[in-house]
Amino acid sequence: MATSVMDRPSITAPRAVSRATAESRVVRWTLIGVALVFLALVLVLPLALVFVQAFSKGLPVYWEAITEPDALSAAKLTLLVASIAVPINLIFGVAAAWCISKFEFRGKHLLITLIDLPFAVSPVISGMIFVLLFGAHGWFGSWMSEHGIKIIFAVPGIVLATTFVTAPFIARELIPLMQEQGSEEEEAAIVLGASGWQTFSRVTLPNIKWGLLYGLILCNARAMGEFGAVSVVSGHIRGETNTLPLHVEILYNEYAFAASFAVASVLTLLALVTLALKTLVEWQQRRALADRPHAADTPERIAA
Amino acid sequence: MSIEVRNLRKTFGGFVALDDVSLDVPGGELVALLGPSGSGKTTLLRIIAGLEPADKGTIHFHGEDTADQPVRDRQVGFVFQHYALFRHMSVFENVAFGLRVRPRNVRPSEAEIRDSVMGLLHLVQLDVLAERRPSELSGGQRQRVALARALAVKPKVLLLDEPFGALDAKVRKELRRWLRRLHEEVHVTSVFVTHDQEEALEVSDRVVIMNEGRVEQSGTPEEVYDRPATRFVYGFLGDVNLFHGRLHQGRVRIGESELDAPEAGDQEGVAYVRTYDVQLHPSPSVHGSLEAIVRHVRAFGPVIRIELDLVKDGRTIEAHLSRTQYDSLPVTKGQCVYVAAMNMRVFPDGTERAG
Repeated sequence: MATSVMDRPSITAPRAVSRATAESRVVRWTLIGVALVFLALVLVLPLALVFVQAFSKGLPVYWEAITEPDALSAAKLTLLVASIAVPINLIFGVAAAWCISKFEFRGKHLLITLIDLPFAVSPVISGMIFVLLFGAHGWFGSWMSEHGIKIIFAVPGIVLATTFVTAPFIARELIPLMQEQGSEEEEAAIVLGASGWQTFSRVTLPNIKWGLLYGLILCNARAMGEFGAVSVVSGHIRGETNTLPLHVEILYNEYAFAASFAVASVLTLLALVTLALKTLVEWQQRRALADRPHAADTPERIAA
Repeated sequence: MSIEVRNLRKTFGGFVALDDVSLDVPGGELVALLGPSGSGKTTLLRIIAGLEPADKGTIHFHGEDTADQPVRDRQVGFVFQHYALFRHMSVFENVAFGLRVRPRNVRPSEAEIRDSVMGLLHLVQLDVLAERRPSELSGGQRQRVALARALAVKPKVLLLDEPFGALDAKVRKELRRWLRRLHEEVHVTSVFVTHDQEEALEVSDRVVIMNEGRVEQSGTPEEVYDRPATRFVYGFLGDVNLFHGRLHQGRVRIGESELDAPEAGDQEGVAYVRTYDVQLHPSPSVHGSLEAIVRHVRAFGPVIRIELDLVKDGRTIEAHLSRTQYDSLPVTKGQCVYVAAMNMRVFPDGTERAG
């Protein structure tokens, strides 16, 4: 049979700037200029200042500030909290995105709205919620003190608050992606005899991996940088319930500016690494999604 | 492997998608489910596959009840309208998927998988593209990969949901012929859904025509086309003219004119006449005396299409004449002619089926 027509690949036109929506040169350069000045003042200058301040007293002071026991314990706690909160949100996020995008059920819209709740309320209020629930005078406070469970002004409280604040990141990233992909591929896998787990690990997961990684990176960045909610539940006990952001504040309030900025620079560096990773993942994601039609270049066996 | 569907019912909320549907697909046949969108044909296909549960009714594969069989154990091949290929896998891996997910004790060896996948890719003429990603293929190629993937698990039943729906007209025609030939080679019981009557009539051994969740008629393409059982089938397959009139002693009275009718009876009814069964005469004849004015003539190609306005009630009818017929009576616009019908089917008012 003639394969000529059947084998024609889809051709996508390269994207070009439309003449109709192009602005005049003056308008364009003014807008770009305004944006650049704004970026320089609001983003680049503060970022640079963090590092300038951090090294203002020289390298030894910087090193001392980030290696003293309290700073190290704050760093350890930050990592610990992130390493608990992020996996919890990974499981919750994937599960929530899965059921929202693949099933129809009552209360679905309510669930979508609830996922956004931590974004909508101020972090301080998020912290207060947990104090109200688990604090000494909170709803479960007396019961917990009887049983010797300590949540507020302790590590569990910090983990809870961080988990709450970072809950939406992964789910929010996955829901539109999974909705757009639909469930036909999963159906195809099941018809072909795949089990539920095989379907998830071989079909669903590879399709969402870049979105998932993107969500993970953002979730992790927020988990390490969270200040407001953690500040309310932590109690600021040095060497015990101090995370890196809280440690920065304490040092600053004690007029140890150089040390404060030194610790801040570690967090900033973390943010920069996050941004770099995020860009890399975005780039990978675009590459994975992009159609690369070059079927026409290759000769094909044409059967009669 | 035959499929017997009995009294299937399915509702979505208040919408009745399938209403007491029964259907037999003899083993080895290629059956088309044909109907307009919303007629329930895709729902029926998905229920047969096990992708959707039925509210009521049973499905037997070769006499065996499928009610307790989960989808993955039914051994069906399903081809989706939009291919549903695994986008992150190569063509080869797509086709191999069904073999690789088998439990270890029944999984073929790597060499066996390779042989069987390459054999299938050869069958669908895509073996040189085995390492490509689905995104690098054209629509027609993707659909063939989807077919190879479905066949890889040696399904007892092959189900295709609008397999050519997303392709352009020319590719569709080629794939259609190709599917017919493939079926002759593989000979697996196949059901495919389509809304394209030409596709259904050309490809299948048997056509099941569905409308509003019911089976209107099922039979060979010749049967359903030549002897439509219901008004709907008459209207859905091919072009048809409707004459409203009164049945009386083997004639249909339309106003003061009459046409020969095959059936007797004495009541109001609608006569269905295929466009190519309409005959035009220069003067009233014993077969018919329905006066009409020629409104438009399209005289290109092998079939001459003529639009006529009936003088009695102003309705428009269409006549398709062969070139020889046209040459013996070359009508022109505005001319007055008399209409007769060669074959006619009369449906008395208030009935769906022919009287």
